[in-house]
Amino acid sequence: MIRKLLIANRGEIACRIIKTARRLGVATVAVYSDADADALHVQLADEAVRLGPAPAKDSYLDIRKVLDAAAQTGVDAIHPGYGFLSENAEFCRACDSAGIVFVGPPAGAIEAMGSKSAAKRIMEDAGVPLVPGYHGTNQNPGILEGHAQRIGYPVLLKAAAGGGGKGMRRVDRAEDFHSALEAAKREALNAFGDDLMLLERYVVNPRHVEIQVFCDQKGGGIYLFERDCSVQRRHQKVVEEAPAPGMTEELRARMGEAALRAAHAIGYVGAGTVEFLLDASGAFYFMEMNTRLQVEHPVTEMITGQDLVAWQLAVAAGEPLPLEQEDLHILGHAMEVRIYAEDPDNDFLPATGKLVRHRPPKESESVRVDTGVQSGDGIGVHYDPMIAKLICHGRSRREALAKLDRALQEYQIAGVRHNIEFLRRVINHREFAGGRVSTHFIENFEAEILGQEHQLTPLNCAAIAACLGDRERRDLRAAAPKADEHSPWHGGDNWRCNLASARSHNIEYRGRQVQLSFRHSGEQLHWQCGDMQGEIRPLPGREIALVDGRRMNYSCVQTRDGGSVFIDGTQVEFTLLPPDLGEGGDRAQGLDAPMNGTIVTLLVEPGAQVEKDQPLLVLEAMKMEHTLRAPAAGTVREFFCSAGELVDGGSLLVDFAAEED
Amino acid sequence: MNQLHSKINPRDPAFADNREQMQKLVADLREKVETIARGGGEKAREKHLARGKLLPRDRIDALLDPGSPFLEFSQLAAYEVYGEEVPAAGIITGIGTVSGQPCVIVVNDATVKGGTYYPLTVKKHLRAQMIAEQNKLPCIYLVDSGGANLPRQDEVFPDREHFGRIFFNQANLSAKNIPQIAVVMGSCTAGGAYVPAMADESIMVKEQATIFLAGPPLVKVATGEEVSAEELGGAEVHCRTSGVADHYANNDVHALELARRSVSRLNRIKNPQLDIRPPVEPGYPAGELYGVVPKDSRHPYDVREIIARVVDGSEFDEFKVLYGTTLVTGFARIHGYPVGIVANNGILFSESAQKGAHFIELCAQRQIPLVFLQNITGFMVGKQYEAGGIAKHGAKMVTAVATAKVPKITVLIGGSFGAGNYGMCGRAYDPNFLFMWPNARISVMGGEQAAGVLAQVKRDQMAARGESWSDEEEKAFRQPIVEDYEHQGHPYYASARLWDDGVIDPADTRRVLGLCLAAASYKEPEETKFGVFRM
Repeated sequence: MIRKLLIANRGEIACRIIKTARRLGVATVAVYSDADADALHVQLADEAVRLGPAPAKDSYLDIRKVLDAAAQTGVDAIHPGYGFLSENAEFCRACDSAGIVFVGPPAGAIEAMGSKSAAKRIMEDAGVPLVPGYHGTNQNPGILEGHAQRIGYPVLLKAAAGGGGKGMRRVDRAEDFHSALEAAKREALNAFGDDLMLLERYVVNPRHVEIQVFCDQKGGGIYLFERDCSVQRRHQKVVEEAPAPGMTEELRARMGEAALRAAHAIGYVGAGTVEFLLDASGAFYFMEMNTRLQVEHPVTEMITGQDLVAWQLAVAAGEPLPLEQEDLHILGHAMEVRIYAEDPDNDFLPATGKLVRHRPPKESESVRVDTGVQSGDGIGVHYDPMIAKLICHGRSRREALAKLDRALQEYQIAGVRHNIEFLRRVINHREFAGGRVSTHFIENFEAEILGQEHQLTPLNCAAIAACLGDRERRDLRAAAPKADEHSPWHGGDNWRCNLASARSHNIEYRGRQVQLSFRHSGEQLHWQCGDMQGEIRPLPGREIALVDGRRMNYSCVQTRDGGSVFIDGTQVEFTLLPPDLGEGGDRAQGLDAPMNGTIVTLLVEPGAQVEKDQPLLVLEAMKMEHTLRAPAAGTVREFFCSAGELVDGGSLLVDFAAEED
Repeated sequence: MNQLHSKINPRDPAFADNREQMQKLVADLREKVETIARGGGEKAREKHLARGKLLPRDRIDALLDPGSPFLEFSQLAAYEVYGEEVPAAGIITGIGTVSGQPCVIVVNDATVKGGTYYPLTVKKHLRAQMIAEQNKLPCIYLVDSGGANLPRQDEVFPDREHFGRIFFNQANLSAKNIPQIAVVMGSCTAGGAYVPAMADESIMVKEQATIFLAGPPLVKVATGEEVSAEELGGAEVHCRTSGVADHYANNDVHALELARRSVSRLNRIKNPQLDIRPPVEPGYPAGELYGVVPKDSRHPYDVREIIARVVDGSEFDEFKVLYGTTLVTGFARIHGYPVGIVANNGILFSESAQKGAHFIELCAQRQIPLVFLQNITGFMVGKQYEAGGIAKHGAKMVTAVATAKVPKITVLIGGSFGAGNYGMCGRAYDPNFLFMWPNARISVMGGEQAAGVLAQVKRDQMAARGESWSDEEEKAFRQPIVEDYEHQGHPYYASARLWDDGVIDPADTRRVLGLCLAAASYKEPEETKFGVFRM
């Protein structure tokens, strides 16, 4: 029986584990780095121990510090979550020697799956299907063609030394084999100086389907069906669902049993996932096994009604599996998306910043949000920039999809770039909606999903105008004297005596600069942008606005340099362009003598390019030497003095031009 | 508090008639102001912009806090005065918030005659400084002016309230800790050079602003020295060498940003000694004011209908409701500020004058600002009233008005004739602010009355000479007098000469009063010492 559990992780998974532990009456200990001192997982846990500085290697990856924390708090067990130390056999062993239960498989099982080639051999022996191929050194073209025949077309020729698609050829028919082999070898030789070729079955339109397995310490094992994680972007899962679209009972059973064979082959205990490639014909091939709880485990929980963390804790405590295989049934359909702080318009670069607003949709029986952050938290550079997982359940795939889309519309994140709009485009794509997915889905439809022009619509303009109006009111109100807080000078509708009260703002919306003007009449706001115009009236104190008479959800968040508006299920983000304050900061360019004195020496030639703070000349005055330095990177145009010259304090010595940014 | 209940029916055809009439007046006002706001015409504007300068109204927008109101004064100044167009007298003045602090802003419009000072330009500049003084508001001058208008030097230079008074005021305002900030954004020549030089802090825009006592042409004539304007008095010279200016700006926007920063460092704390409450909108829409005021100014109406559409929650506690009923006095709030309202509801009698004096005493005692709603044809005349001492009763009210040291704001909502103007805090009584509605009229007496008086005098003279005067001749005599009075009593005529601080849309009255009350509450309360009341 585990009474006290340390969670050696952070973020949403730490919070998720704490929730189950709390429900089961298990005391919890969180660990944290300096970057996470006020993080949600620290707040939720009964106790929390600092590990060290923000970098993971100094905190969450430091086995010694984690075990010290465990010893200090007297826990029975450690749950590693996913990532960090979760698949670290050394950590697993260290827990054992410290007499602490590691909630996960034995070290041997982790190691067995740690090496890909070794794992494949074990799987082959256990009768788990692998992608057919030839990895031998015999490069005789006839022999290779024979292997191709055995493997079955289409096959893939791959340079053993290869990478980046060079020396790689897909061959669809036997008659093309030899010419393709020659071309690939030539290319490989040119690129890598080595033309050793490997052969593999080319899997057409592969899907990523994985099986959730669970084993107890007594050799019992069951599978909790499959998850389809085909929609990926550079091996990063984007959408996960269960069951897999088009899955048959027969195939499910075959895959499930293969997965259990894989688990048993390495003496697996606890929650594990066996990942397969599934082709259109129903053939499936082992890829790898993840020896931990997966990020996407909630979809399995939602279709089975089980709590996998509770199962993990039970199995770790030596209990048998809570259910038998025949007790498990699939209930409806569940779908998960991963909400990331990243910029889909900029090659999915991770985004950082302060979550000015993090407002997930309301959770219910069919909407689940797993997150480890709250409004006001920072998204930093040290860890994975995942903000949350959003999981929706429906009686059918179509219903789950509809709920997910709605929940994404309700999800409000401001202050940090995120991928919600991208996720909505993915799940609403006709191919995805039709269940026709493969791991090539995003690259195949990239133009439709990513390349969409961001139109500045009248709704966008209305939203931005309302947000600007709100900003003015907020700022003016905040500047009101305390003793006179309702002063009409701080009302903020830009009133002008006998004249229109319109004002213009230069804003940037999705890389485009536009001028938007608006004026108030009472609470109504009339806006104009180019030849578009319209009205919006936010209802005070409520998150509703009337846009050209249509009532819709509206709320806005002010950020440091702009705003974010949630309106009618979309988000409109904009930046206020700063006014042009000219060049040279607050000071005149050029350098003058600090006091009367003599020029000792000029240190650069006129016309010289200099760095900021580079010494330009030396002046002696009052028995002290003063060095004049470049105020910025730039050019010394001219000296108005020469060595030995006596100069007056305040007189201009150098004509200096700062570099333009 | 007592809530006023309107007896007006907005569906009454007379109401619609009245409304139509007032709408016409307001539309005309807005149209005129819109034209004036364009300054010195398209060509001058283009020239100004080509120099990389912001137009004066854009400068104001960039200086003010985003969304801040701008209570502009005397937009019609110099309107049809000089036989040439000098829109707004070439200077824009008003109050707006800068870094959260309402400031008096004085802006030269270089697109109007190079921003030179006509007599009314001087008057408007001085009036803005007086508003700053009376309400203790910081002054920001956006300078872009060629100085005094030389052809009219006799009307702008020598007298007490001429050009020199600007600098006298700067010195004395500064002495009273009313900050003086000058932003030089163009030329600032001769006498004008003293605006930045006399300022507490001054800012100059590089390669655009110049300050010198004499420009290059005059220097050449005087000493033979050849020098460019920039070398003579550019920002580089004054910020680096002479110390005439303090802050060096890269462009207009930067200069205005620096001015905003200056204001943010003033360390002023507002501490109004007033019982301020959260504002409540009136129970009746302001737009109805248009229909409340009769089309024919001779038709009486209950001034409470106006009050009900101006004060918070239409709540008005009357003082002496049963006594001297031609003057309505009482307490209310406007935008949360407590006010005492003195409003005409007919001709002034002895009782109403005494009631007015009493009420003003009350407000002065309690430090409650006064709002005067003027619609007055004068004091009652006749043997009975003279014998009853109406002159001394009127004098009581005038004494009270003249000496009460609380903020006073006057709005001319109708007629302003004769001694009624004095008792109701006309311009001569230094109200903090005075505005007119576009239907108002101001003169020593009504045009008809004046024509009648003059005709009577003439007829008596003619009768003495034994001459006769036909009805046609008398009509022809009276007609131009009536027309003159109508012309000179018109709000545009008055506002052009700065007899007021501007003509406002009646629907803006509540807002304007609120802004004025808030602006006036920056000044510490002052104790009132009344003069001798003739009993």
